[in-house]
Amino acid sequence: MAEQAQATDTGPRPIVPWLKLAPKPHLEGIKCACGAMYLDPKRVACSKCGEADKFKPVVLSDKGKVYVFSVVHQSYPGIKTPYVTAIVDLPEGISVRANLTDVDPAQAQKEPHKIFDLPVELVTGVAAKDREGHDVIAFSYRPTKN
Amino acid sequence: MRNVYVLGTGMIKFGRYPDKTVPQLGGEAALLALKDAGISIKDVGMFACGNLMQSNAMVGQRILQQIGQTGIPVINVANACATGSTAFREAYISVAAGMYDIAMAVGVEQMGKAGLLGGAGGGDPAYLTEGKVGSGTMPAVFGQAGIEHMRKYGTKLEHFAKISVKSHKHATKNPFSQYRNEVSLEDVMNARMVGYPNTLYMCCPTGDGAAAAILVSEDKLKQLAGGRKRAKVAASILTSDPWTDRDLTLPDVSTLTRRASKQAYEKAGIGPKDIALTELHDCFATAELVHYENLGLCGDGEAGKFIDSGGGVHPSLGGHDPVNVSGGLLSKGHPLGATGVANICEVVWHLTQDDRAKERQVPNAKAGQAHVIGLGSACTIHILTV
Repeated sequence: MAEQAQATDTGPRPIVPWLKLAPKPHLEGIKCACGAMYLDPKRVACSKCGEADKFKPVVLSDKGKVYVFSVVHQSYPGIKTPYVTAIVDLPEGISVRANLTDVDPAQAQKEPHKIFDLPVELVTGVAAKDREGHDVIAFSYRPTKN
Repeated sequence: MRNVYVLGTGMIKFGRYPDKTVPQLGGEAALLALKDAGISIKDVGMFACGNLMQSNAMVGQRILQQIGQTGIPVINVANACATGSTAFREAYISVAAGMYDIAMAVGVEQMGKAGLLGGAGGGDPAYLTEGKVGSGTMPAVFGQAGIEHMRKYGTKLEHFAKISVKSHKHATKNPFSQYRNEVSLEDVMNARMVGYPNTLYMCCPTGDGAAAAILVSEDKLKQLAGGRKRAKVAASILTSDPWTDRDLTLPDVSTLTRRASKQAYEKAGIGPKDIALTELHDCFATAELVHYENLGLCGDGEAGKFIDSGGGVHPSLGGHDPVNVSGGLLSKGHPLGATGVANICEVVWHLTQDDRAKERQVPNAKAGQAHVIGLGSACTIHILTV
């Protein structure tokens, strides 16, 4: 399982820079002294306050709550539909876009209110293999298992 | 700043023109606008051209190479879906500032069947996130804008669907519209889902089109209008997305619209109750619903009630505060760069009782507004008055 994967030169690689694979898969963002948070660590300055060099890395929780979602029925070739895309709010005060897994798309459309504020947790898995043969690891969220 | 008026407008029917080029489509609209203004390309002092999908290819100059190479300054504008309206604004600014007395704006696009937009990217395809780490496609992004309203205010799917029914009904009276078929509430609700909650009829089509406008100073208006009624540009506002909590994850199409709307009403010295018709950016039915509130046509959380009471519907159909009597993007079509100029044409036609809006004329139209959102984001609002 990817959850045991280590980020080495020959090992798996994250699909986006804010997914860290070690010591176990988690998301990491950056936080400006003004309080604004960002996922992408490569940033010139804070777009809320304008200050540069006031960023600190923030390890983000594995658990969050769904804010809103959509069910994608039409996409690009090779992408399996339908799937649920969601905006997940994390307790640190940042929102993340990701797929929602283990949620039936038809059921979500039928009862959208049951998806709002749904507690979810981060999961990772191999999404593709890159040109150099590395496994590419993506993340998604699934309903929290008690 | 000087007063600026729209002396002429031109638009070709939105649709599919695979046998024509972008400069030809734009050139046709430009000639229609010049003829409507009663002037020639030789009278035009500057030209702002809006086109998105060939924005690196000097479309404005290539239009002049079709209709008259007079050597005037040309600006090629790209600003997502607000491309055409931003070009119009550049022309407006050049006349308002006193740099030129006559300026031309053209918006043109040839999309073919490109549709989902967003979510694409370069590099090793293994690292493309679309469908693996959520979706950036437009149906999903604007779907979530509607879902957010549903979450906050309990808005129902029927509310979004009713917008599409209304749009299609309006379009039957517009010969410039790409689609002119009526659809029932059942048709819309039962149509193929594209990006929940937007079904096929709640998504704007893709297509080709062009629209043009000639803007003039007050002196030139007196000289050239010949007693014809012409609309004044009472406000020309452009905003970008300010920092909001989720904007970088879920594009916030509301905050920049609200800012633009406030500025536009202030600049024009009127309020939403004075607006006889609104053309707004209904790229998806979910977008139109949130913009009712963003533009002050109803209070926050009241969009559902507004729809249920006939809000947005043409008065001849028993409605009030008509929105998108042209059919809107949902039915008239949304050739990206053309949209912003076409919306202004529609408003102008109602204000000046132009024959081109004869079948759908909004009565007693003294003021109207045209709103556009380009995701990324840019928002324009133009208020026109007579």
